[in-house]
Amino acid sequence: MENSLSTRRNQFSVFKQPGFTIIALACFIVLYMPIVVLVVYSFNSGTSPAKWDGFSLQWYAAAWNNSAVKTATLISIIVACQASLYATILATMAAMGTTRTRPYRGQNVIYALVNQPLMVPEIVTAVALLICFAVIKELTDYRGLAYLVLSHTAFCIPFAYLPIRARLEGMDRTLELAAADLYANSWQSFRRVTLPQLWPGILAGAMLAFVISLDDVVITEFVKAPGQDTLPTYMLGQLRRAITPEINAISTALLLISAILALFVFLLGRKHGN
Amino acid sequence: MADNSQRNDSVFEAAAHRARVRRNWLLSTPALIILVLAASGPLLVMLAYSFLQAGDYGGVEYRFSTEGWFQVFLARDIFDDTVSVADAHLSIFWRSARLSFLTTVTALALGFPTAYFIATRPRSSRNLWLFLVTVPFWTNLLIRTFAIMEVIKNQGIVNTLLMSAGVISEPIQMLYTDFAIMLGMTYVYLPLMILPVYASMEKLDFRLVEAGYDLYATRIKVLWRVIIPLVKPGIVAGCILVFIPSLGAYVTPRVLGGGRNLMIGNLIELQFGQGSNWPLGAALSIFLLLVVMVALLLYVRNSQKANNIVRH
Amino acid sequence: MSDSVSVAIHGVSKVFGHDRNAVTALDDVSLDIREGEFFTLLGPSGCGKTTLLRLIAGFEHPTRGHIDLHGEEISHLPPYRRPVNTVFQSYALFPHMTVAENIGFGLEMQGKSKEETTSTVGEMLRLVQMEDLADRRTDQISGGQQQRVALARALAPRPRVLLLDEPLSALDYKLRKGMQIELKRLQNETGITFIFVTHDQEEALTMSDRLAVMSQGKVLQVGAPREIYAHPAVRFVADFIGDTNFLDAELLEIERDRTELKLPSGKPVSARGAARSVDGKVHIAVRPEQTTLTRDADAAHLEGHIDNVVYSGTDTHYHITLPGGESFVVRTQNRGDSGDEWQAGQTAGIVIEPGAVQILAD
Repeated sequence: MENSLSTRRNQFSVFKQPGFTIIALACFIVLYMPIVVLVVYSFNSGTSPAKWDGFSLQWYAAAWNNSAVKTATLISIIVACQASLYATILATMAAMGTTRTRPYRGQNVIYALVNQPLMVPEIVTAVALLICFAVIKELTDYRGLAYLVLSHTAFCIPFAYLPIRARLEGMDRTLELAAADLYANSWQSFRRVTLPQLWPGILAGAMLAFVISLDDVVITEFVKAPGQDTLPTYMLGQLRRAITPEINAISTALLLISAILALFVFLLGRKHGN
Repeated sequence: MADNSQRNDSVFEAAAHRARVRRNWLLSTPALIILVLAASGPLLVMLAYSFLQAGDYGGVEYRFSTEGWFQVFLARDIFDDTVSVADAHLSIFWRSARLSFLTTVTALALGFPTAYFIATRPRSSRNLWLFLVTVPFWTNLLIRTFAIMEVIKNQGIVNTLLMSAGVISEPIQMLYTDFAIMLGMTYVYLPLMILPVYASMEKLDFRLVEAGYDLYATRIKVLWRVIIPLVKPGIVAGCILVFIPSLGAYVTPRVLGGGRNLMIGNLIELQFGQGSNWPLGAALSIFLLLVVMVALLLYVRNSQKANNIVRH
Repeated sequence: MSDSVSVAIHGVSKVFGHDRNAVTALDDVSLDIREGEFFTLLGPSGCGKTTLLRLIAGFEHPTRGHIDLHGEEISHLPPYRRPVNTVFQSYALFPHMTVAENIGFGLEMQGKSKEETTSTVGEMLRLVQMEDLADRRTDQISGGQQQRVALARALAPRPRVLLLDEPLSALDYKLRKGMQIELKRLQNETGITFIFVTHDQEEALTMSDRLAVMSQGKVLQVGAPREIYAHPAVRFVADFIGDTNFLDAELLEIERDRTELKLPSGKPVSARGAARSVDGKVHIAVRPEQTTLTRDADAAHLEGHIDNVVYSGTDTHYHITLPGGESFVVRTQNRGDSGDEWQAGQTAGIVIEPGAVQILAD
């Protein structure tokens, strides 16, 4: 797309629009500057957020030794692992059931239901779940983590579904015909041809679901029982008190996890793209 | 006989189709069960709750009442029962609408040039720029809100820099204002604007832009008359994707508004906390949901029309 | 080549869609394909040739009629139960497998032992001269190599019939010529029945033992390439394969296997075969290379006005308008000594070689 015209100055470029490059670069700075500030201050040895007192890992140590943080981390991971696992399995099945097929009655209902969590504001779902689970809690007296896992699974389904469905739709249908032609029955064809090709989509979906679950604040805040804080709700709770750089340290750790997963999905898409 | 066998075979095909449809439903059902249990079903329960009577200490009493919906817009005086418009609620609705609108406009003003910039990079580096946009999208919304807070608070980097440069002598109070909320929402939802605009822009045929210049259009004219009309679907999608979560925002106004500058999301939460008025909270939620649905419907209608224009 | 029938297609029709949206892709097609022959389905795109191939492979089911393989009906068997393999137009190589894994896939699915699979894969790699690339991924080899792998993969399970769906269309001219020879060699070596689909008439003529010309879901003519070229039965076949002049003639006399006709010029000419005609008119076809120009008015069958002379290397084409307004093309081979004997604007006589007149059924 870029031709030699645009690489030389003083020459007319079709692509140029005045000021756009500056705005764009400013945008990238704005997108990253706060994150950088946050990360930098997590290594600040002083308590004052305004000035730099030298490099230190003390806030990481403080977070590591904080039993509330430990519990919250554990709960976050338990919920995110379960929710992303279930959501990915369910989303894979649903994607198999809704793509590459002649349109059938009710297909739109399935689409609408699967994508519903993306369209409804989170706060609305959150209070609706609060109401429902309050009734169930009263009836069954069960107060475990299942409520969190169930609600996380539900809102993770569309995030897992989208990349899997995109992958399925991009797949060459004739490969499965070729497998059938070469004596593979439908299960063998799925196992040996469809699934291996679908893997990048499934992995991307699972990782997206994991991050979405790990990062969720609103629904967790309304669904959790006392003592079931995840890392984000713990951090939100801390806001009411004085904010220490400990929060910055936890944030940086979470950022790192998200960034690594994002990079992984990016590379996955690049390797298997086209 | 020929007719007979044709009937048999079309029966065979119809049966095969039915089997496929059955398989499709079987595959989709487990996901649908979870979604009905923990996404769609609770919305219906909440709709029912909005027509119940509030319990004294949270919860509801199972008696029909329109009081919840009544209170969304109107207030009843505690002492003399006179009815007046619920000013507090209306000002919160107004703030939500205004801030969401401003957020959308700002995000578009920043996101459009950014998307254009990425779309005009060489193919090899485009993915990297795109990746840089998606990383913040993958990171925790709460953390990004924290990060904004670090930047704009009174002892934050902006005020510190301005003061040491001598531009101001007192820190500017930015945190806990409407401006802070708007800034925070723009910041956290900006990728949602850039990505769909870029998706449209990537498909833009730059030969059309060349044709525009060939026909004596200036840069501004080409932008307005050629580029923007062609990427309009992406712009509309981006605006919807930013406007809807802004309208229902909860975390950002809570953190950056400091509990004083409420938006609808915070008002809803209040009804399940201190306010203890579940039917009102349910009614407010349904009200928010309806507004969002109307926006989405308008969007769908609009994009279908756009599709038709392209097709004809 | 034996004469026993490999694939028998009995009155097969295929209709896609229902009621008002119904499209007839195949209309009452019957064909016998003999064991061990190289059989080609030739026709323009949309004529139903690929649909017929997919019906034999089992990816579609016939709406009417049935298909037998060596006397047994296979119409309702799924593709993985048919001893028939396909070389896909897009090759459809599994991108997550190596060349060798692709070739071994069918054998593995048939439950063959590891040793047998390995040895057959090796044999196939040798057959298509790809031994060195056995462990490459399929996206790391060239288009021509992919083509060979697709062939080897389809041949590895030793199918009774190999179906080839325009397998050469993605290759450039030179590779295509090479693969044509390669395909013939493979067919001779393996003795497997090949059913080949193409829209390229030259490819069909050079490669096939027999071919079927198809149009709009119907088989118009089946025969050996020479037979089809020299004696097209209908206008479509004459037109689709090679260049042809079409003329109307009057019926003079029908004998047992020859017909006497009167050309528009009034000159008599005789043609092979018996014509059927209601009103005394018949349509005939004459190949341009079976005609020459002459100044001898008595020897000429037709006379016309030369509009245009086109030189094309080996041949020269003379575009002529006959007195009745019909156009006629004469093609003569160029020899070293011939100069510009005829020029546009001249009037010339046309001589039709004996046996060159073909009576068309429509």
